[in-house]
Amino acid sequence: MTIGPDSILVKKVKERFAPFILDTLISRNEITHLIKKDSLIDICRFLKDDSELQLNFLSDVLGTDYFPQKPRFEVVYHLYSIPKKHRLRLKIKIEDGESVPSLTSIWSSADWAERETYDMFGIRFDGHPNLRRIYMPEDWEGFPLRKDYPLKGYKDQYNPYGEEKK
Amino acid sequence: MANNNELVTKEITLSMGPQHPSTHGVLHLLLDMKGEKIVSAYPDIGYLHRGTEKIAENLLYHQFVPYTDRLDYMAGMSNNLAYVMAVEKLLGIEVTERAKYIRVVAAELSRIAGHLLCVGAWGLDLGAMTVLLYAFREREMVLDLFEMICGARMTHNYLRVGGVRYDLQPAFKEKCLEFVDLLPQRLKDYEQLLTENRIWLKRNKGVGVISAEDAINLGLSGPILRSSGVKWDIRKDEPYLVYDRFAFDIPTGENGDCFDRYIVRMEEMRQAAKIIKQALSQIPDGKPCVDMPEVVLPPRKDIETNMEALINHFKLISHGFKVPKGEAYASIESPKGELGFYIVSDGSERPFRVKIRAPSFVNLQAISPMCKDRYLADVIAVVSSLDPVFGEADK
Repeated sequence: MTIGPDSILVKKVKERFAPFILDTLISRNEITHLIKKDSLIDICRFLKDDSELQLNFLSDVLGTDYFPQKPRFEVVYHLYSIPKKHRLRLKIKIEDGESVPSLTSIWSSADWAERETYDMFGIRFDGHPNLRRIYMPEDWEGFPLRKDYPLKGYKDQYNPYGEEKK
Repeated sequence: MANNNELVTKEITLSMGPQHPSTHGVLHLLLDMKGEKIVSAYPDIGYLHRGTEKIAENLLYHQFVPYTDRLDYMAGMSNNLAYVMAVEKLLGIEVTERAKYIRVVAAELSRIAGHLLCVGAWGLDLGAMTVLLYAFREREMVLDLFEMICGARMTHNYLRVGGVRYDLQPAFKEKCLEFVDLLPQRLKDYEQLLTENRIWLKRNKGVGVISAEDAINLGLSGPILRSSGVKWDIRKDEPYLVYDRFAFDIPTGENGDCFDRYIVRMEEMRQAAKIIKQALSQIPDGKPCVDMPEVVLPPRKDIETNMEALINHFKLISHGFKVPKGEAYASIESPKGELGFYIVSDGSERPFRVKIRAPSFVNLQAISPMCKDRYLADVIAVVSSLDPVFGEADK
């Protein structure tokens, strides 16, 4: 099945949230909406509850760092509908230091996924009940998946092969 | 004698793991307990975090395949598959028919290997050691088959972008059919030991219950979601490779408890054996790789005899191949659930970003709601029934 611009995932969302959708990209059978940050919660609620879309499964939340481009980060949401069997990707572009509304009030699966994104990129999620590091130790400095974080880490007493801190 | 008024139950926090044998790896659970009852269970993970995604950004596309073996190391073939499918989606490659069938056989064998270990270790945790020994006997046979396919038993590095590394050996088909015929009988043996075993029933029935709605909300997938009654299997719902050509069932549970998760896994192994049997009988002749010298390495024989092939091999190994700019998400039904790779390409030879949607990581979130208000002993059953593998959960 090939997904085209007349798919309900494009049409219905665009109809309802036209001013909040900055861009829609369809490639390799995947639909991506680039949306405004403030509309995230409303759009997600609509996507989850609408009887034709029923995107009830939040598969993943992740970050991408485009350093030194501006805005620096992209937060990506992968949604899936178990009853309708279709997928949708949402994206938000944010600047370093900006925070994103948390989706934990809509899907509990956002909890760990957002913590991971915070841990790796330092992107903060507003309204998250327990936004702490998940993989790295609590006192870790820096965010490892940022593009300006060295592959071998920073030099300290445990890591003689790391890079010197500037 | 102590006065009754002095007997108060204090709330304590118990650390379970990360070196506890029943936590299946380096899981550290912080259990807030009131007496024997769990008030809250909080998983503390990350002990095995190796920064796989960061490593991926610094490697050529083909160099990352062996790293995926080390995610869910109980089912390396599945991880290979999800990754190469994502890269192939970016490149727009359609692999050959033969490669598709070989991949199905490899992925289903790894499902059997993964589930065997899950059930075996689960039995051990709950005091049924025989099952572990039996399960390992059968798992050994799967590993022998893997060795026949690619020479490795655990970290296969078998699938490659554009196909598979080696064609199947002529003797493989017979050996593999022998195994899939034997497996259902052996599964019956385990069931005789477990399914009606009073201890097994007492410790699993009604333990770690999660409703279908909660399971979806928590993002659970794979056997855990299906045992709550949600019939979602990517092999059926978004068929990849050639899964739409096989007749197989998706087992589901009703109660969403540990026992149902056990039943679902046992049935899934039978279905996997069924799929392998069909795949082996339908497998067409052909090449194991697509004919794309700019992506696929030449066969070993050619490298030794043909100068052009040697040059091509050297160039591919040292420079890799460029992947068109864009992004792709490919997901498969791995033994643990939805395993997805999201790759962003900037048009160079190295991925700009690789995100692994690891099912074990997401499924671990269920520990807390499943254990709440249960006894400490139930935590063991719940962790075993979630079947987390920390190579994958910690990445």
